[in-house]
Amino acid sequence: MTEPLVLGIETSCDETGVGVVRGHTLLADALASSVDEHARFGGVVPEVASRAHLEAIVPTMERALKEAGVTLADVDAIAVTAGPGLAGALLVGVAAAKGYALAAEKPIYGVNHLAAHVAVDTLEHGPLPEPAIALLVSGGHSSLLEVDDLATGVTPLGATIDDAAGEAFDKVARLLGMPFPGGPPIDRAAREGDPGAIPFPRGLTAPKDLAAHRFDFSFSGLKTAVARWVEARERLGEPVPVADVAASFQEAVCDVLVTKAVDACRDRGIETLVIGGGVAANSRLRALAEERCARRGITVRAPRPKLCTDNGAMVAALGAHLVARGVAPSRLDLPADSAMPLTIVSV
Amino acid sequence: MLVLVVDSSTPAVTAALVEVADHGVAVRAERQAVDAKAHGELLAPAVVEVLGEAGVQPRDLDAVVAGVGPGPFTGLRVGLVTAASMGQTLGIPTYGVCSLDALAQGDDAGQGDNAGQGDNAGRKGRVLAATDARRKEIYWAVYDGGVPVTEPDVDLPAAVAERIAGLGVTAAVGEGAHKYADVLGLPVRDEPRYPPAVALAELAAQRVLAKGPGERLTPLYLRRPDAVAAAGRKPVLR
Ligand SMILES: [Zn+2]
Repeated sequence: MTEPLVLGIETSCDETGVGVVRGHTLLADALASSVDEHARFGGVVPEVASRAHLEAIVPTMERALKEAGVTLADVDAIAVTAGPGLAGALLVGVAAAKGYALAAEKPIYGVNHLAAHVAVDTLEHGPLPEPAIALLVSGGHSSLLEVDDLATGVTPLGATIDDAAGEAFDKVARLLGMPFPGGPPIDRAAREGDPGAIPFPRGLTAPKDLAAHRFDFSFSGLKTAVARWVEARERLGEPVPVADVAASFQEAVCDVLVTKAVDACRDRGIETLVIGGGVAANSRLRALAEERCARRGITVRAPRPKLCTDNGAMVAALGAHLVARGVAPSRLDLPADSAMPLTIVSV
Repeated sequence: MLVLVVDSSTPAVTAALVEVADHGVAVRAERQAVDAKAHGELLAPAVVEVLGEAGVQPRDLDAVVAGVGPGPFTGLRVGLVTAASMGQTLGIPTYGVCSLDALAQGDDAGQGDNAGQGDNAGRKGRVLAATDARRKEIYWAVYDGGVPVTEPDVDLPAAVAERIAGLGVTAAVGEGAHKYADVLGLPVRDEPRYPPAVALAELAAQRVLAKGPGERLTPLYLRRPDAVAAAGRKPVLR
């Protein structure tokens, strides 16, 4: 059998994505973003995102099919993010996928957004060695997981206990007068700064915290520490060294993420680390992970930045994996589940 | 012409397979379930069921008609995106109908053969059609013989009562009218409570028969989004 041709739909947050893959080959990755509409609120407004998905889904589908040079009649299955994410936003994608699936008489797979962030790397680097450790970091999630079998079994090891890593980037960027989303401008500013200039705290790394939260993250304290430091400078009437603050903050986030990811690999005796999610586009995170993993014989797999952020191709990639593995499709009454647990790869 | 009709602008989620001809609309199969929280789960299976019951394949469809609201945001989008995605896949036109128009259409515009249904309150005067907009408000419009005499709007029931005073409204129809009958002070017709599929189809019949170009289905939200950024998503692992 030739590799499955699968179309994927993603609407869990502010990106409307439709991707097409054949097996591990990316054929199309069409995206419409409502990020500009959210910028003035400093975060994603759920109802604004949902309205934008409804407007964008048909034209985005059209672009994806054109780019891939296929029609819906050609595809073997349609995959869609069923959760986790913003409830109203997910519902638009799930209902659309059902409409496409039932009109084209194709099977539908409701899949987990986080598992899709792992699967997308197969489009870049081929089949994923299993087991692997995955570090998924974005504005909506910060998780460490063990991937025993991407089609059926993902085991959560840890997650943030407060803010997501990407949220910390957004909040610190705002503090420094940078636009939303905060990841790219902080990454840029940090290149001119000294990552060791300010010793910002590394959350949940003290021995007493490690006992209960070895693989968990906390970025709320870091965010507050940066705010206090900046305010103190301002109170003294001194200029804020933006590049140094950005670099030191970014270093604190990346240090914790990589330290815990490497620890997870060593603890489980696993030699592959996959990094995904919007924060995985951060240049320092990628460099630090490469550097520390190389020393320990761990292979780092991180897809190109455009595939790290939310998109339809990642959903299609996971769908293709499920089809290839013979996993049964979902029912047409599948719900959108904003709190879909990680242990469920497809519903 | 075989037409799929969907509406999810109220707590009811409706799917019907109808035949539109010069002499009128015939319903071949219909499903209506009332569950405001499950539009996303219920609609697609209902579409499959009505197609199956009528022995029609999706590719046999000639058009899709959808109620475009007004309606509460999340549920309303389910019907519209279902209609739009099916229309796109099948290469057939989609037509939008104001859901309140369908509610008011009922037997006002009909030939009177349903006159035995429900009560006969105010059959001759103007009618207020109202659906539940949540937040203690209703979506509403006033009709005269099925023809709208006000734009659809959203208000507190007491404000609606004030705004329609002097318009000669003698009856009300719809779930929103039932819920706030005491405030509105109008006799309320028993049926329909929700936009009927047959009325939605009738209101689009001319466009369907003329094979006019499809329309982009634009939802009637009538409210601006609550501009509050999402709180941080809860960690999904615990
Ligand atoms: Zn994501």
